[in-house]
Amino acid sequence: MSLGSREGVPTYRRVAAFGGVYSNHLALAAAIADARSRDVDQIICLGDLGAFGPHPDKAAAILRADGIPVVRGNYDDSIARGLDDCQCGYTDARDNRYARLSYQYTYSNTSAEHRQWMGGFPSEIRFRLGDLDVLACHGSPRQTNEFLWESTTPEHFLAKIGRDYDADVILGTHTGIHWQRRWGDLAARQLEPSTEVERSGAYVNVGALGRPANDGRTDVWYALLEASGRDLAVDFVPVSYDHALLADEMRAESLPEEFVETILTGWWTTCLEILPGKERARGRL
Amino acid sequence: MARTLNIQGASDPGVAPHPASAPELHTALVDAPSIPLVALDQLWFQVAGTVCNLRCSHCFISCSPENHSFWFLTREQVAAALAESVGIGVKEYYFTGGEPFMNHEMLGILEDTLRLGPATVLTNATLLPERTVGSLASMARRSSYSLELRVSIDGTTAEMNDAVRGEGAFDRAVEGVGRLVAAGFLPIITAMQTWKDHETPEVLEAFRGLLADVGYHQARIKILPPLRIGAEASRSRGYSDTERITSEMMTGFDADLLLCSRARLVTAQGVWVCPILLDSPTAKVGDSLAEAITSRARLSEQACYTCYVSGAICSNMPGYAQDHS
Repeated sequence: MSLGSREGVPTYRRVAAFGGVYSNHLALAAAIADARSRDVDQIICLGDLGAFGPHPDKAAAILRADGIPVVRGNYDDSIARGLDDCQCGYTDARDNRYARLSYQYTYSNTSAEHRQWMGGFPSEIRFRLGDLDVLACHGSPRQTNEFLWESTTPEHFLAKIGRDYDADVILGTHTGIHWQRRWGDLAARQLEPSTEVERSGAYVNVGALGRPANDGRTDVWYALLEASGRDLAVDFVPVSYDHALLADEMRAESLPEEFVETILTGWWTTCLEILPGKERARGRL
Repeated sequence: MARTLNIQGASDPGVAPHPASAPELHTALVDAPSIPLVALDQLWFQVAGTVCNLRCSHCFISCSPENHSFWFLTREQVAAALAESVGIGVKEYYFTGGEPFMNHEMLGILEDTLRLGPATVLTNATLLPERTVGSLASMARRSSYSLELRVSIDGTTAEMNDAVRGEGAFDRAVEGVGRLVAAGFLPIITAMQTWKDHETPEVLEAFRGLLADVGYHQARIKILPPLRIGAEASRSRGYSDTERITSEMMTGFDADLLLCSRARLVTAQGVWVCPILLDSPTAKVGDSLAEAITSRARLSEQACYTCYVSGAICSNMPGYAQDHS
């Protein structure tokens, strides 16, 4: 298979894409089983295998056993190279404090074999879905840890990224909340003719398996993508799993109670300061 | 050139910097590095020029009711730049002044902007009556994009805040925040640090208490370092001769940390490299956006040093600092 290069990229009809595993091996196993039951041609992981949850080697072992290709996330890059921090991109002291705790735990509990494996992840994976060129990355094609939130990422910005990186569909996960936006219909907005976007496309944040989407549900999310010609269908799929068992494992590993609370309630308790106003207002804290 | 710069100490109010000799200073000015615009992610608008209803003693561009050095941008001027920004692929829009709500076209300007992308307004919140807040909330609900209100409050008491922002400013700003919160906004409260570093946790706690009193329980608070230019240079101190960026300081430094690597500012008199350097004629980088996006940013101003030390403090979320992959 030639994933990771533009030459001879594979073509699929239906794929499942997920990311932000954050060591949630129970949700990962449930998501893979769910995707397989939906007759997908391929499953792709968009990176960040560690953080937040317990026993990071378990999720890595599942992905390796299933032969699922993985795009390099900022966390994988840090763990593989033994960097001092997770490169999550937080700017608030409290967020960084929790990020440090999480990173130290994950780094010290990831085997050397898995670290070496992560070092080989590509920064992007390209494939065709129907007649669409798809670029799967972690944050954005131009930066692994770029935050692309639904409320702060305009259509015309995405159109430019699509042009710059020659992609009809861009998949990402970094922010951990699923959303999608199409581009290519800006001409209707009474702009100058010269500003019309020539090529249509879509950005899809496929969601995260590692923790809930700050929506008060304990489910986590992945995305099913299917194309017929250039028509793209995107379904966000909720995944139920034994979140109470995960919480028990987290407590047994002495991970922060704030993390456990998120798993049990579906509300984020940390990493809040990086959220834009609209996304923050949907949460409880 | 062998020079030692006290970066940590110089960022700390109250620590005396090392003086530079005249030849060293001359070399530093000639040697000022420059950086290209990587991408125009942030488009700023000096929407109220230098006109403000307050006259804060720490204002880095000395805005006041009488400072007409830069006049208001019209809705038409902003709309032209917005249209141009679509083809460029701008990610976020910021509005500053002066006080943006001194511009009587501000609501229309925000309507236009929120059709295209996210908007952030840097305001003192003293000109936000119920009707204005209602209009803002209504357009924010209709848009797919975030409308952020960044409110400057420089202390947790009227005594502390009004010492720099003027009598009565504290009460009016806190009332404005209360109205914004009641309408569903989560304003970002910004405070310029006028206290010692070790007092920050205490100040933050006092801010949370103050904001909770007006119903704001998800408080977003951003502490900013002082910019030692304009009125602030007289209030505390200006930059020392050594507080400037040299070419050797750029070796191994991630230039993406600097706002000018990803932003430009539209004013009524052309396009500037960043919102901080409005008073610097050398910071003008073009008469049009098209001209400005090909320009390099020359890091010759001393305020550039604060950006170097503290990151792009003007952004809501400077997010380019930590990617080493």
